[in-house]
Amino acid sequence: MPMHPQRKQRLMLVAFIVVFTSVAIGLMLYALRGNINLFYPPAEIAAGKVPQGASIRAGGMVVPGSVQRGTDDLSVTFRVTDYQAELVVSYSGILPDLFAEGEGIVAAGVLDEQGVLQATEVLAKHDENYMPPEVADALAQSAEASSTDYGQGKTPE
Amino acid sequence: MWSFFHKLGSPRWFYQISGRFLPWISVTAVSLLVVGTIWGLAFAPEDFKQGNSYRIMFVHVPTAMVALVGYYVMAAAGAVSLIWRMKMADVVMRSCAPIGAAMTFLALLSGAIWGKPTWGTWWVWDARITSMLVLLFLYLGVIALYEAYDNKVAAGRACAVLSLVGMVNIPIIYKSVDWWYSLHQPASIKLTEESTIHSSMLQPLLFTAAGFYLFYATALLLYIRAELVFREQNTRWVRDLALGKRD
Repeated sequence: MPMHPQRKQRLMLVAFIVVFTSVAIGLMLYALRGNINLFYPPAEIAAGKVPQGASIRAGGMVVPGSVQRGTDDLSVTFRVTDYQAELVVSYSGILPDLFAEGEGIVAAGVLDEQGVLQATEVLAKHDENYMPPEVADALAQSAEASSTDYGQGKTPE
Repeated sequence: MWSFFHKLGSPRWFYQISGRFLPWISVTAVSLLVVGTIWGLAFAPEDFKQGNSYRIMFVHVPTAMVALVGYYVMAAAGAVSLIWRMKMADVVMRSCAPIGAAMTFLALLSGAIWGKPTWGTWWVWDARITSMLVLLFLYLGVIALYEAYDNKVAAGRACAVLSLVGMVNIPIIYKSVDWWYSLHQPASIKLTEESTIHSSMLQPLLFTAAGFYLFYATALLLYIRAELVFREQNTRWVRDLALGKRD
């Protein structure tokens, strides 16, 4: 059944609205793409793309073995990595429960002259993996069994 | 097919046929939600990292999914109402807005409650959460725009255009976690590859998700029926209905 010409015209109008707004918003987001990211990865900070003295957010994985806590206060320093560069973060306060070595975090603060992020807030960024503890243990065991050089300097990714 | 389409445009026919389906849909929705919730809260295992707090996902994920899909329902109804000038489609579009807004609000609220113990904050302006907030404003905008007009035909057209324009936000919400660095995790349920959530947790989630979809259908049908009776209050079939006459 052929469509009534007037309806066809209105169908074209609907299609035009959808395509036009998609292209317009798409171009806008493309232009703003760097500004929509919540945080900078350490590689961009190491490359000097991040303003010093301004409040920024940095994110990455906490390097295993890098967490050093103060003996009599809540201060803590650790390194975060995106496997290309590392960034030292210094923070004083209570860390979220999910903060752990090898886990993702997002820290907000200011870069000082030494390139250390003086953080005012540290948030834990959990990933998309959900499993019972037994399954996680079994996975860790089979990973150890299959790669003998695991833990001897090789970074798992 | 066209005759079904034309019948669907008749408020009286829609009222009758939806009344016949409603008990089945609502009972299935409630049973799926009860089974999924008990399974998810009491029998699904703890998560290896988040412990018990991950269990809010059995509400958070379905409400977010329904909020996104519900927007497409509203925009599709808006398109039909623009092209075919169908009264029924206008009613469906108007009815989608408050239910979608409620679902979006629930997704944002449950996300904030989940965010506090896991991330360490209630709210962060990352791409996923901000675009979801825009979705809430789009739904509320459709309601406000509709009520701002005295002429309901003009109101319907303006709202249809707004919902079509807002449609661009849905893929943005969905892909935001892949396109930009965000605090929100990427999707655990994947369509093209293996999901990264263990099956013992995925199964109850599928139950509550199906339950929420049917709950959405129930709420939408109830809202549409109430809206129909209100709009057609001067017609004979509604008067017969009110007087308890069966046909």
